[in-house]
Amino acid sequence: MTKPHLKDPPLVRWTLIGLALAALGLFIVLPLAAVFVQAFERGWQVYRDNILQPETVSAIELSLLTVAITVPLNTLFGLAAAWAITKFQFTGKNVLTTLIDIPFGVSPVISGLVFVLVFGAQGWFGPWLMEHDIPIIFAVPGIILATTFVTFPFVARELIALMESQGTDEEEAAMVLGANSWQMFFRVTLPNIKWGLLYGVVLCTARALGEFGAVSVVSGHIRGQTNTLPLHVEILYNEYNYAGAFAVASLLSVLAVITLALKKFLEWKTGQEQA
Amino acid sequence: MPPTLEAEIAKPNLKPSSFKRQSILPGFWPSFSYTVLYLSLIVLIPLSAVFLKSATSGWAHFLQSIRSPNVMAAYRISFGASFIAGLISVIIGFLIAWVLVRYHFPGKALADALVDLPFALPTAVAGIALTSLYTENGWLGRFLVPLGIKVAFTPLGIIVALTFIGLPFVVRSVQPVLEDADLELEEAASSLGATRWQIFSRVIFPMVRPALLTGFALAFARALGEYGSVIFIAGNLPMKTEIVPLLIVTKLEQYDYSGATAIAVVMLVTSFILLLFINVLQRRSRRFTEPA
Amino acid sequence: MSIEVQHVRKVFGTHEALKDVSLRIETGELMALLGPSGSGKTTLLRIIAGLDLADSGTVRLHDEDATRSTARDRQVGFVFQHYALFRHMTVFENIAFGLRVRPKATRPSERDIHVRVLDLLKLIQLDWLAYRYPSQLSGGQRQRVALARALAVEPRVLLLDEPFGALDAKVRRELRQWLRRLHDDLHIASVFVTHDQEEALEVADRVAILSDGNIEQVGTPDEVYRHPANAFVKEFLRDVNPRRLAVG
Repeated sequence: MTKPHLKDPPLVRWTLIGLALAALGLFIVLPLAAVFVQAFERGWQVYRDNILQPETVSAIELSLLTVAITVPLNTLFGLAAAWAITKFQFTGKNVLTTLIDIPFGVSPVISGLVFVLVFGAQGWFGPWLMEHDIPIIFAVPGIILATTFVTFPFVARELIALMESQGTDEEEAAMVLGANSWQMFFRVTLPNIKWGLLYGVVLCTARALGEFGAVSVVSGHIRGQTNTLPLHVEILYNEYNYAGAFAVASLLSVLAVITLALKKFLEWKTGQEQA
Repeated sequence: MPPTLEAEIAKPNLKPSSFKRQSILPGFWPSFSYTVLYLSLIVLIPLSAVFLKSATSGWAHFLQSIRSPNVMAAYRISFGASFIAGLISVIIGFLIAWVLVRYHFPGKALADALVDLPFALPTAVAGIALTSLYTENGWLGRFLVPLGIKVAFTPLGIIVALTFIGLPFVVRSVQPVLEDADLELEEAASSLGATRWQIFSRVIFPMVRPALLTGFALAFARALGEYGSVIFIAGNLPMKTEIVPLLIVTKLEQYDYSGATAIAVVMLVTSFILLLFINVLQRRSRRFTEPA
Repeated sequence: MSIEVQHVRKVFGTHEALKDVSLRIETGELMALLGPSGSGKTTLLRIIAGLDLADSGTVRLHDEDATRSTARDRQVGFVFQHYALFRHMTVFENIAFGLRVRPKATRPSERDIHVRVLDLLKLIQLDWLAYRYPSQLSGGQRQRVALARALAVEPRVLLLDEPFGALDAKVRRELRQWLRRLHDDLHIASVFVTHDQEEALEVADRVAILSDGNIEQVGTPDEVYRHPANAFVKEFLRDVNPRRLAVG
C-alpha cells in the first residue's frame, strides 16, 4: 500500500473514509451512545437506584448463575471436541465439525422452542416432570438448558481452528520424551492454546449473559425468579420505565465493550506469538 | 527361527481400523464419545423434537399452519426485510472493510474494534437502543419523521435493525480477502495501462465477490432468525410488521405448539440450506485464495 | 543396543507405505535411511520410534520385542523434521522436559537437572541461548536444541527425521559434520532419514536405500556406490561426487 502511483487520490480516499465512518457512526456508535446517555439522563442517583432494585439484583444473580454453569460445561465440551477433531484422523470428522456449528444457524426463538417441546407441560417429559414436581420450563433449569444450547459452539470453534493449525508434533515429541497423557496435556497442549481458550470463554460468557430470544421463550418472565438481565430490560422497557431499562442495558453494554477490548487484546497477543 | 517367532511375524498384529487412523496420542475414545454424547443431548435430540412434533401432527395440519395468511405475511416480511438488509449490509460493509484495510486514519484501530459491536451487544439492548433513536422524539427520529420518513414501528425499522446485525458478517468476510490481496496483481495491471477504476472493477472486485456473497448469506441467515434486536422497533403489527420468530412466540403463548413447530420447521430447513450454501461458497473461495 | 526390524508392513488407508521391510542396525552404528519422497523412510523411522505401529512384522530394540509398545516406553530419542520444540518453553525448559516428566521415583533433583541441561547446552554450543524462546532462534539453532532435548533422557537409540531438511545448504553441511562428530563421541545407535544422497554417503556408517516401500540395498557408502544392487540404486546415486564418500 505504499507505492505512490497506486494510491487512490486523496479526494477519493478521504471521501470514502468519511462515508465509512459516517456509516459506522450511524449504525454502531449512535445506538451505543444512546444507551449510556439515556441511562444517565435523570442523573447518577436515579441510575444507582435502578441498578440496586431488588428485582434487578436478582436478575443479575440469575444471569451470573447461568454463566457459572453454562460456560464451564461448554468449555469442557469445547476442549474434548477440539482434542478429538484436531489431533486425530477419522471418518466423519467434517460432519462432526458441521454438526457442532448448528446452534449458530438456529434462530434463538427456535432454540427455546425445542426445550419447551421436550420439557414443557405437553412435551416428551412434561407429564413425568409434573408428577415428580421438577420444574424445568418456566424455571431456572430451562433457562440454563436454553443458554447452553445457544452458546454451545463458541469455545469449540475457537479451539478447533487454533489446534488444527498447531498440529500434533509437539504432543508427539512430549510422548517420545516420556510424558504421560496428563503431563502432555497440561505442560504442552494447554499452554499453547491458552489465549484461544480464553477468547472462546469470553465469547461464550458474553453470549450467555446477553441471550434474549431463547431465554424469553423458556422463562415465563416471572420477575424476581426467572428473569435474566436481558429479560429484565424488556420488562422495564415495556412498562415505559425507560431510565430503568437503559440503566440495566448500560450494564450489559459495558460488558460488550469489555468483550471487544479483550478481543483486540487477544488478537494482539496471538499476533505477537506468531511473529 | 523358533516356530513361535515365525508365527508372530506372520500374524497381522493390528486390525486396520477403517474408522480412525492409528495414533499414539491418548484420549481419542473418551473425548470422542463425550463429544458425541454431549452434542446429542444438548443439540441433536432437542432439535429432533421439532421435526418429530411436526411429523406426528400430520401433513395436512402442517400445510394448514404454514399457509395461513398471518404466517405468509410474516414470511414475506422476514425474508423481504432480511434480503434488503443483507444488500445494504453488503454495500456499507464493503465500504467499511475497504477503508479499514487500505487506508490509514486516526482512530482506525478503534473503528475496527467497533465493527464487532453488533456481535457482542445483547440483542435486547440493541433493540431498545435502536428504537429510541428512531421514535418521534429520538435523536434521529426528530429529523426524519417531519420529513415523512417513519422508521420506528414500520418495515423500514426492521430493515435498519437487521442491517445493524448483518454489518459485522460482511466486514469480517471481506477483510481477510482484501488483506491477502496481492499487491503485485495491482502493479501488474497498472503497468499494463489500467486506470484506478479499471484495476478496481476488473482485478480487485472479482476477488472480493465470493466474500461478499458469503457475507451476504451469513447476514441473511442471521437476520431471518433475529428476535431481540427487531421486536422493539418493529411494532409487531400482525400482517404488517410481524416477523416469523415473533409469530412462533405468539403461537407458543397460545399453546398452539403444532402451529409454532410447523413454522419452525420451515425456518430450520431454510437455515440448513443456507448454511450448506455458505459452506460450499467458502470451500470454493478457498480454492482461489490458495497460492498458485 | 541394536535395532532389528523384521518383515514390517504399514498401510495408510489404501497406500502401502512399507511393503516388507527388514533391517538390522548395530550397536553404536550411524545408519542413513535414504530414498526419494514417498519411499517410506520416514514411516520406517516412526515405526522404529513407536510413533506409528506396524500392521504386521516385528520391531526389536536391544533384543527385546518392542513391537506393541509405544514411543513413551521405548526410550528412544527422536528429532522431528520441523523440530517440534515446545513453543512456550525456553530452550532450557525444552531440554529439561524429558527429565522433569519422569515419575517421582526416577526423577533427578532440580539441581541435577540443571547441571545436566547446562552440560548439554555446552555440548551443542548454545549455552548463551538458554533462556531464549524457540521463536527467537535460527533454524540451525533450533535443530541443535531439538537434538539436545532428545539426548537429555539418555536414550539408547537416536532417531532423526530429515534433521537438516529445512536448512540452507551451508548450514546443512556444517551441521552434518557436527552430527558425525557428536555421534563419534556418544556412540549411540543412530538412524537418520534423508533424501540427500551426498549427506547420507558422507555421514553414515551404512546406508539403507528405500524405494516405494521396499529396501533396495543396505551397505557401506562405498559398497552401495561402487556396487549398486540394481538399476534404481545406480540411478539414484549417479550424481554423487565420489570424493564426498565417508572413509570406512
